[in-house]
Amino acid sequence: MTSLLGAGYNGSSWIDWSWVNDHTTEISTRLREHIVLALLALLYGLVIALPLAILASRKRRLLPPILSVTGVLYTIPSLAAFAFLLPFTGLSRETALIPLTAYSLLILVRNVVTGLDGVPAEVVEAARGMGYSAPRQLVQIELPLAVPAIIAGIRIAAVTLIGLVPVAALIGQGGLGAMMLDGFQRDFRTPITVAGVLVIALAVVTDAALVLVQRLATPWARRSRVAA
Amino acid sequence: MGPAIARGGVNFLGHVVDWFANGDHWHGREGVPYLVVQHLEISAISLLFAIVIALPIGLVLGHLRRGGFLAVSFSNIGRALPSLAILLLAVLAFGVGSPPKVFRTVGIGSFPTFIALVALAVPPVLTNTYVGMAGVDTELREAARGMGMSGAQVLRRVELPVALPLIMAGVRTSAVAVVATATLAAYVGWGGLGRYIIDGLAVSDNVRVFVGALLVALLSIVVELALGAVQRAVVSRGLQLRDQPAPAVVQRPAPTNA
Repeated sequence: MTSLLGAGYNGSSWIDWSWVNDHTTEISTRLREHIVLALLALLYGLVIALPLAILASRKRRLLPPILSVTGVLYTIPSLAAFAFLLPFTGLSRETALIPLTAYSLLILVRNVVTGLDGVPAEVVEAARGMGYSAPRQLVQIELPLAVPAIIAGIRIAAVTLIGLVPVAALIGQGGLGAMMLDGFQRDFRTPITVAGVLVIALAVVTDAALVLVQRLATPWARRSRVAA
Repeated sequence: MGPAIARGGVNFLGHVVDWFANGDHWHGREGVPYLVVQHLEISAISLLFAIVIALPIGLVLGHLRRGGFLAVSFSNIGRALPSLAILLLAVLAFGVGSPPKVFRTVGIGSFPTFIALVALAVPPVLTNTYVGMAGVDTELREAARGMGMSGAQVLRRVELPVALPLIMAGVRTSAVAVVATATLAAYVGWGGLGRYIIDGLAVSDNVRVFVGALLVALLSIVVELALGAVQRAVVSRGLQLRDQPAPAVVQRPAPTNA
């Protein structure tokens, strides 16, 4: 990577640190826009995927159609998905958010269902035997036990979304992609390099943070590992 | 408000149908067939090149069961690979001009696009190959060694066939991502189906944008289905992931992004 970031091909360099120093405000604004878009899409995705997955794990025959529909959504290229909505929602944030949310659905639904399926039958029986109502059993027993699989899904969805958000810059939604396009239009590599590296860094940090969240949210997993 | 939008929608879709009915849109360098072929050509050669790079590395690392941590983190972060940045930087470095004839004859019409697509396609193939190989049951490997097979024979005749479903899943993931991302090539002045979207955006022609989106989406779905058929054809029947047989041989894969 050092050689890549070293001397440029046309005499223009891959990164110009003085530009970075002079533009920290712009960089942090773009980074914030990027995080907001990815985060909103992830939150909307969770709001839709959680009930869908709970429904599918209860009514099994609903699972294949749900996975097919979310699978087709997942296959549609992001630029195409933005373009589909353009005639209806214009160059708005919704035009970016709807497809981004849709992309997270397949990953999230699949992982939540996997997590709920993995809850041991004895545990569910025991809860029922103790007189837990179905909703209480779901909230207090099944969902907490499914947390590792759910967070695994959130990790994949979050990293995927962070990687997809740059394309939203093509329909004017800012974020680090806007920095890339800006650099490109001015034939100036530094903003593109900085934005690209920040996208990767954001993905790495987010992924690591979610691993930490999982550890904190499932203390029993650590304890049992120590005991074993 | 509802009926007005509905009427507008019907009108709009009428324009889209008219676009497709117009014979001018079916020939020449801006025509649908030409752009579809261009799109598929660059996608295919990039995917092939990525497989040539990733498959041997994944096979060897998986066979030796080394570097697993690297292979897996590589793929996880690979999902966030900023293809747009790679494409734009490659254009600034190499220019958008037509590449040498050798490249063009094998289908590389745009060198920067090729670089961005290869970079995008390598991680899923590499990781799935590694995970597939490393997941082959130890007893099975030892049985093969016990039968007198050499390491290379075990790799080729036992591990590779067993790992094939996961390897193919990786190839499918890459293929869909490549076809999707090839759309961006139009932004840097090259062709493919992204042309309709980018050109349409530039002149606020929503019909053209929508047509491009429709064609790209259809192409992605067709590629995904076609590779699914290839997978069913090449994977040994006892090992089809869909049927979930023989759990003793294939460990259930972690949910992949396919």
